[in-house]
Amino acid sequence: MKVGGWNSFEKMGTCNTMITESTQALERMNIVMVGHVDHGKSTLLGRLYADTGSLPEGKLEKIQAICHQQGKEFEYAFLFDAFLEEQQQGITIDTARTFFKWEGRQYIIIDAPGHKEFLKNMVSGAARAEAALLVIDALEGVKEQSKRHGLLLSMLGVRQVTVVVNKMDLVGYRQDTFEGIEKEYREFLSQLKVTPQFVIPASAKQGDNVAQRSQRMPWHTGPTVLETLGRFSVETARKPRPLRLPLQDVYKFDARRILVGRVASGRIKVGDRVVFSPSNKTGVVQSLEAFNVDPTPLQAQSGQSIGITLDDQIFVERGEILSHEDSLPLVSTTFRANLFWLGRRPLELRRPYLVRLATREAECEISAIHRIVDATNLSGFNGEEVKTTVQRNEVADVTVRAKSPLAFDVCADFENTGRFVLVDEYDVAGGGIITEMLRDREERLRVEARQRDFAWVQGNVRSEDRATHYGHRAAVVLLIGPATTGKAFLAKKLESVLVAEGRYAYLLDAENLRRGLDADLREGDATETVRRYGEVARLLIDTGLLVISTTNPFDLPSDQVVQAIKTLVHPAPVLTVYMSQEPGDCPSEADLAFTGPEDFDTSTRQIIESLKQKGILAQALGSKPAFQYSI
Amino acid sequence: MKHLRQLEDQSVYILREAYKHFDNLAMLWSMGKDSTVLLWLARKAFFGHVPFPLMHIDTSYKIPAMIEYRDRLAREWRLNLVIGQNKEALANGMNHTMGRITCCTALKTEGMKLLLEEKGYTGIILGVRADEESTRAKERYFSPRDKNNDWNFRDQPPELWDQFKTSFPPGTHIRIHPLLDWTEINIWEYIRLENIPFMDLYLDRGDGTRYRSLGCAPCTSPIQSSARTVDEIIAELRESKVAERAGRAQDEGRGMELLRKDGYM
Repeated sequence: MKVGGWNSFEKMGTCNTMITESTQALERMNIVMVGHVDHGKSTLLGRLYADTGSLPEGKLEKIQAICHQQGKEFEYAFLFDAFLEEQQQGITIDTARTFFKWEGRQYIIIDAPGHKEFLKNMVSGAARAEAALLVIDALEGVKEQSKRHGLLLSMLGVRQVTVVVNKMDLVGYRQDTFEGIEKEYREFLSQLKVTPQFVIPASAKQGDNVAQRSQRMPWHTGPTVLETLGRFSVETARKPRPLRLPLQDVYKFDARRILVGRVASGRIKVGDRVVFSPSNKTGVVQSLEAFNVDPTPLQAQSGQSIGITLDDQIFVERGEILSHEDSLPLVSTTFRANLFWLGRRPLELRRPYLVRLATREAECEISAIHRIVDATNLSGFNGEEVKTTVQRNEVADVTVRAKSPLAFDVCADFENTGRFVLVDEYDVAGGGIITEMLRDREERLRVEARQRDFAWVQGNVRSEDRATHYGHRAAVVLLIGPATTGKAFLAKKLESVLVAEGRYAYLLDAENLRRGLDADLREGDATETVRRYGEVARLLIDTGLLVISTTNPFDLPSDQVVQAIKTLVHPAPVLTVYMSQEPGDCPSEADLAFTGPEDFDTSTRQIIESLKQKGILAQALGSKPAFQYSI
Repeated sequence: MKHLRQLEDQSVYILREAYKHFDNLAMLWSMGKDSTVLLWLARKAFFGHVPFPLMHIDTSYKIPAMIEYRDRLAREWRLNLVIGQNKEALANGMNHTMGRITCCTALKTEGMKLLLEEKGYTGIILGVRADEESTRAKERYFSPRDKNNDWNFRDQPPELWDQFKTSFPPGTHIRIHPLLDWTEINIWEYIRLENIPFMDLYLDRGDGTRYRSLGCAPCTSPIQSSARTVDEIIAELRESKVAERAGRAQDEGRGMELLRKDGYM
């Protein structure tokens, strides 16, 4: 081997950009192979490669030699079951991507495991696919995983399915056996509103109807497995869809402040006015940014990972969804969904999980399990029994409730923003598709806030400027809890201390609205009282103040009051302080809890420390607070 | 070209997810065609910047031209280059004659472990591709490794709808694989499309051979080829039925499964 003389950089390769006939690019397509364990998926895949001459040189001979050496019969499945354990047990454990070129297309064929134990691996494989080959053993017929995989394909959004009835050699290539299976499985799929493109009788082991048309089943007039691949269509955007762009991150590597994300649906152009949900902020797209692209693009569409700049430096966060104003995503804390569970431990009602929906992550719980879907007959059993858990590999119809409002869509309208995964501790443990938005109690107020924010007329002073000037962000501090625990006293003390320290705080007591703003209200119109209070708080927030209050005067449960105020002042932060005489019954939404009456000086300090920790108060006067949001 | 942009969009999305979720992130760069494409994709994702260090595990047996290329790009692209080396093993005379698996484990796997320990990286971006060899075909985009760097391939996390595994218990780390869906041909098509500088070791420089895959000098052999341009490489690959890593000694037998289970790239 000669080494000298290679070191010269002048010889560093450069590219010839001329594209010749022989190097024309291939269209790409992802196909998943699914079906019950041992029905012959890996064998079918191996056969497809072998009969089309697609294996690397010597691979077939090498595996055959190993089999011979170990004294076992050669199987085509050995070509792709890579792990020693897979070959020893004769099953596929994890999904493999294999690459297959045929007639101008580059296929990535994903071999998914059929064993129930490895359903999470099957899901990982199928979620990447645009089409599926579902394999059924002619001798065994339709089995549990044949159906479960069919159900999961429909949930995962794989709409093109061809069914391969394999091992026809074991049933003497009988047409009536094939037709019985075809009828049974078509009926099952029709309940899922799936129509298979083709149902093919085949024998992967003998090579019938895989790459070559079988002489032994002349009654089959449809395509072979190989031919069916070419009939799957590469997904193209059906009709023009409204814009959805989940915000992935915000970069400031240089002078540009670039918002990045992947367009989930529709199209975005320079000059578009866009809305961020759920924060309701708006901006105009000033540019699309890209590296090594000339000329700079002026628009982008579904599927593209892009970067944009806005005309105004508004603060927005990962997880928000950009859209145009005439087609907004839904916003709620609550939605109904079909969910499949893959977790090590069962899904439980009221247990804390994280929901991840596009780029948003939020704490949530399952507030209802309506039914468990039995994959083998698609019926649900709810009966009298109230379900409180969903077992591993089960599919259920559930209600998900997040701690804070999320922007989303119904999956039937927008696939990418209509589905989510649940995270249990460190692991993705389930996935779901949203079937319906559920109106929570704050729905009306949220719509009001949205419309009000879109039409908000702003002066030249930005909330950023006020925050820098005051040394704090605007925020609400709410003192909640039972009567006579000293909430009012603490509220006054907190206001005094903050102002004495040079901050801009104001005690907004709801009593003060009663004779004035609320004078026209009849006694007991509690929800309207809270709404008006929240709108006044929202105005004070816009002036940059720290608004302090108690929930005493409201004739509603405090969690309702807190949620209503949070919805109206959103996205300004609300710090909730719970005071009680007995320890222990602190509600989950409280940020701080005191058992009182106690040392009010200490409590005041703790609240101020908490405001500092959250970045609402700058550590020292004259510096800028860390917490960011703008209205 | 459309298919290359689709691959690029997915890889850029993965890189941005990695950057968002890992405070202590690094990218492994071997200067080969794949990890150089990966580096280029990072510049795409971050608009000309590479906001994390690039790790090179130097076995000391690399072809000298590779080191020159590395230092030149590091300078021109303002890269934060971090070099790891298992000095103790080298001092004890480790080389490929002691056994290829032994040597790879000591100089690459152990070399990387030492650097990970020293720097405390929790996310490492690698340029492995599913079409390279069969255990890589089973990888996830985000693939966890335990305290000992072991890969538990029997129990990989589910990965769907671009929701990746980004949280993990202390002591473990995540390997991130943005190039998993790319083929060898895609890599060359993309190098051509973007005009990415690559080493001329990949081309026939007049002796009728070229390198198809680059590693340590003693364990990597060139192939018979007269390809002198990227176009000619692509044309050759379209006709070829020889596995890409046929010139890489450690792939023989069950080498890769054993190596990768213990933390090899």
